[in-house]
Amino acid sequence: MPAKSRFFVTILSFLLPVLLWSLISYVPWLWHPKVEISDPGAVAYFKQGMLVDTELFDKETLKQEASGKALPEGRPANPIYLPAPHEVVVAFYTAFTTEPKRRSEKWLHESLWQSIQVIFWGFFLSSLVGVPLGILAGTYDFFSRLFEPFIEFFRYLPAPVFGALAVAILGIHEAPKIAIIFIGTFFQQVLIVSNTTRKLDPSLLEAAQTLGANNKALLLKVVIPGILPDLYRDLRILLGWAWTYLIVAELIGASSGITWFITQQARYKNFDNVFAAIMIIGIIGLTTDLILAALSKRIFPWQRNAAGA
Amino acid sequence: MTHILELPTYLDQDDAVKDRFARLKQRPIALEVKNLSKTFETTGGTVTALKDINFKTHKREFVCVIGPSGCGKSTLIRILAGLESPTSGEVLLDGKAVHGPGPDRGMVFQGYTLFPWLTVKRNVMFGLLQSGHSREHAEEDARQWIDLVGLTKFVDSYPHQLSGGMKQRVAIARALANQPGILLMDEPFGALDAQTRIKMQTYLMDIWKNIDITILFITHDLDEAIYLADRILVLKAHPGEVQELIEVPVPQPRSPEQLLSPEFLATKKRLEELIHPPQEGDEINGDHMNMVRMVPVDHEVESVF
Repeated sequence: MPAKSRFFVTILSFLLPVLLWSLISYVPWLWHPKVEISDPGAVAYFKQGMLVDTELFDKETLKQEASGKALPEGRPANPIYLPAPHEVVVAFYTAFTTEPKRRSEKWLHESLWQSIQVIFWGFFLSSLVGVPLGILAGTYDFFSRLFEPFIEFFRYLPAPVFGALAVAILGIHEAPKIAIIFIGTFFQQVLIVSNTTRKLDPSLLEAAQTLGANNKALLLKVVIPGILPDLYRDLRILLGWAWTYLIVAELIGASSGITWFITQQARYKNFDNVFAAIMIIGIIGLTTDLILAALSKRIFPWQRNAAGA
Repeated sequence: MTHILELPTYLDQDDAVKDRFARLKQRPIALEVKNLSKTFETTGGTVTALKDINFKTHKREFVCVIGPSGCGKSTLIRILAGLESPTSGEVLLDGKAVHGPGPDRGMVFQGYTLFPWLTVKRNVMFGLLQSGHSREHAEEDARQWIDLVGLTKFVDSYPHQLSGGMKQRVAIARALANQPGILLMDEPFGALDAQTRIKMQTYLMDIWKNIDITILFITHDLDEAIYLADRILVLKAHPGEVQELIEVPVPQPRSPEQLLSPEFLATKKRLEELIHPPQEGDEINGDHMNMVRMVPVDHEVESVF
């Protein structure tokens, strides 16, 4: 595909869902199962601004019509959990500028920063151990047989089941959350990295041996630089997975971070803020990935398609 | 009528060639293979890849190994390089038995096997650094070898920026940089197009003439073998055994015009006989195509003849 149309289609892939959302929000006859009361008329329990089911509204209107009293008035509306795009756009700004309701609560940017730190430490600690183990298991049969069977078993255990245990051991603050992200990432990471290592062209190792490389040099000068671009791509994908564990992790112990913000806002029925926060997660994830992809072109100049998958 | 050329026998050598072989055999022995055998255990039983291989190469000799597919020529060169171990027998380099891979035997693979993350210069430096040379010395040496294969302009390029022929020249420079006693080449030009291959053969001959190196070269291309080799080791398949060690009667130094000389053609005829013997069994073994005429009788081109 030519570069120009590729760009256009990329834009389109974001525009289509937004268009669908706009249609549902702004075209009254498409969905709108509720009525927002603008004038309660003679109905005693209707209040201005109240959202009622269309059926109920129609029933009350008929009832008032029959008794000849003032009719209620209202306009079709969507349920409160589906705010219109423009409301979410506004919330994007106001969510950052609105002061928390209680002094102990955090601003949105503070919550976000907390989440990013949890992700970073979870992923960093997992990679610190997981990548070397994966490379060892991928290079040496001995380590592969030593590590992989147990890891294969462990990776089927969903990380959240360790929530209660993590809290019991590590307390209620950041530590158990980092532990959940670690558990969620680590076991997959070892297996993926070991597979990537095994995919290295064996003839490169043979060539290095005929050039006099010993075992240590094979590992440090051939295996590691040889898998680096693929390893980098693996880590990019795994980082995406780490985000999915974040939400679970943050519900464990003392709820915190972006998840705390979302649940809190849902409790206040500020669904525009909820949507804004969800999208912020998406935007942070996508931006990080784009930055990492662009970086890989610079770090690995020998790769023809450094951007990769 | 088809004319079949009357060729001399490949055993006829003119005086210059005869004299050269006599002197060649006086040279010290570079590589000696003694009673080498290799068997593989497979699910279908034991397969004998190589059986009782014996031969010697002399210093600065160019030996080609040729044989039908499945004759174990790749296994042979991999054993010589130390990448596989023989079931029995031994390999002596300068009289000393070798075990495992080492920088005393350079290897050039068909698949280039350059390190894609290293520049041309760093690729050539790899072996030098492994054998403990300082970075400065390795770099200086590498530049000389790269210059020798004519790639000075590409010292800082990455392998993916080079053509197949250029990659293989880097691989040759990388193997030579270690100054090995023997250069093992496993169908190094097999993946190149015909024109590049001829150019590479000429380069290789130039390198061989000017550098103290013994070359053992595997190929399945008969012309390549005759054009390059002093002697050709012909293997036969199932099991891989030495069929003949042919002294190529084509005078040295070689040039492309010799490809049509009587000695060249005579040698080629002999190789054809050895490698593709007339096989009467093919039809019976079912190794034929079930060809039926699929052209209509009234087609505008009724027959291709």
